[in-house]
Amino acid sequence: MQSFSYHKPGTVTDAASLLAARDNAALLAGGMTLLPTMKQRLAAPDDIIDLAAIRELSGITMEGEDLVIGAMTRHADVAGSDLVKEVLPALAGLASRIGDQQVRHRGTIGGSISNNDPAADYPAAILALNATIVTSQRAIAADDFFVGLFETALRPGEIVTAIRFPRAKRAAYAKFPNPASRYAIAGVFVAQTGGAVRVAVTGAAPFVFRATDVEAALSANYAVEALERLSIDTQDLMSDIHADREYRGHLVMVMARRAVAESLKRSG
Amino acid sequence: MEIGFTLNGRHVEVSCKPSTLLSDLIREQLSLTGTHVGCDTSQCGACVVHLNGDSVKSCTVLAVAADDGEVRTVEGLCAVDGTLHPMQQAFHENHGLQCGFCTPGMLMSAIDLVKHIPDPTEAEIREWLEGNICRCTGYQNIVKSIIAGAAAMRTAS
Ligand SMILES: Cc1cc2nc3c(=O)[nH]c(=O)nc-3n(C[C@H](O)[C@H](O)[C@H](O)COP(=O)(O)OP(=O)(O)OC[C@H]3O[C@@H](n4cnc5c(N)ncnc54)[C@H](O)[C@@H]3O)c2cc1C
Ligand code: FES
Ligand code: FES
Repeated sequence: MQSFSYHKPGTVTDAASLLAARDNAALLAGGMTLLPTMKQRLAAPDDIIDLAAIRELSGITMEGEDLVIGAMTRHADVAGSDLVKEVLPALAGLASRIGDQQVRHRGTIGGSISNNDPAADYPAAILALNATIVTSQRAIAADDFFVGLFETALRPGEIVTAIRFPRAKRAAYAKFPNPASRYAIAGVFVAQTGGAVRVAVTGAAPFVFRATDVEAALSANYAVEALERLSIDTQDLMSDIHADREYRGHLVMVMARRAVAESLKRSG
Repeated sequence: MEIGFTLNGRHVEVSCKPSTLLSDLIREQLSLTGTHVGCDTSQCGACVVHLNGDSVKSCTVLAVAADDGEVRTVEGLCAVDGTLHPMQQAFHENHGLQCGFCTPGMLMSAIDLVKHIPDPTEAEIREWLEGNICRCTGYQNIVKSIIAGAAAMRTAS
């Protein structure tokens, strides 16, 4: 790996000023994406700002009715948290199926959503649950956060500090993993909050999106049967060696039905 | 950079570059070559060590992450008198390896599994080994070894 200067600030404020003062710096969270990318020389930062020492960025708490997860909270901690299992079991289940145990011991929710890999799992939960992304500068609604392939609404120098999840009446995530990488070939998160139903799809398109036809069908009738004859428009889906767009479209509907069935078995 | 940490129960102080990977520090500078580097792309799990008690892929962790922490490698498993760890003994008895390249990572993952799930089912073992690739055995004897190793660890504790 090419060399870089290493910084380990103790507060978000210090991390933000380090980031602002440098042209080619990168934040390091779990490193499970950044370090492989640097080894491949797809990224070559001059400065690495490690968020590991910033205590305020880790942890899972309830704030009012919201479940708040710090950006540096590792996948394994979300998967194993009694609080998450009680309030949003679908989210704990999603985290427990990211990659493998060693990846879950390092990878963080903040790193995952900032990276916005088209096949990442967390973006689907955040979009379907209508979560809010809290940063060092502002709060961003899920609908405004994921804007393109590996692209988010984050401005240069902005640091994700936490994600706020409202409670859901029903929620579930179904994923068809790539057998080699465990990333989603298609993953669907379904959430019913109050009267509204939101359905987010990952893995199938260049970035996570809401399946509005599926949402409309489920808003009218929250049941697996409501999706029986429905298909999604495959025009904007991805085709690659793992799956062409027709197959991905088919998988999205299968995952959507599985998620609805699962969500009807339990709440949250 | 100067960093210090506990390695297999012994305190070590080393100097490394910020870009040094934990796997390289362990193998090249500390000469513990039991930790293998198979893929160097976070896929194979040959490089798994315990960092502060958790199994991690040391090829995808900066060495500086170990500063003030605790690292355990496969060399730290056996007792001072050379008696094998129950999991190592189980791999030995159940022929849980062929070429042995993946074995250090398998052992480190398996021991972490038993810490979380003391009596794992075959399905739980296979699920937990998602990040450990073996190109020889077909996994059958590895799973058998871990079932036996977990039982031995329960008796030992
Ligand atoms: C073998 C393997 C399998 C995987 N399988 C899956 C899978 O099945 N599903 C899945 O979803 N993911 C998977 N991943 C990715 C994994 O979840 C990563 O942990 C995640 O994508 C990145 O998180 P990180 O904490 O490691 O971030 P890093 O790699 O440290 O950072 C990623 C990017 O985000 C930026 N960043 C990090 N934190 C912040 C912050 N707080 N604010 C702003 N920017 C920030 C960094 O600068 C960097 O650009 C896999 C990874 C590997 C190696
Ligand atoms: S060498 Fe680290 S995962 Fe393969
Ligand atoms: S025994 Fe050869 S790779 Fe596993």
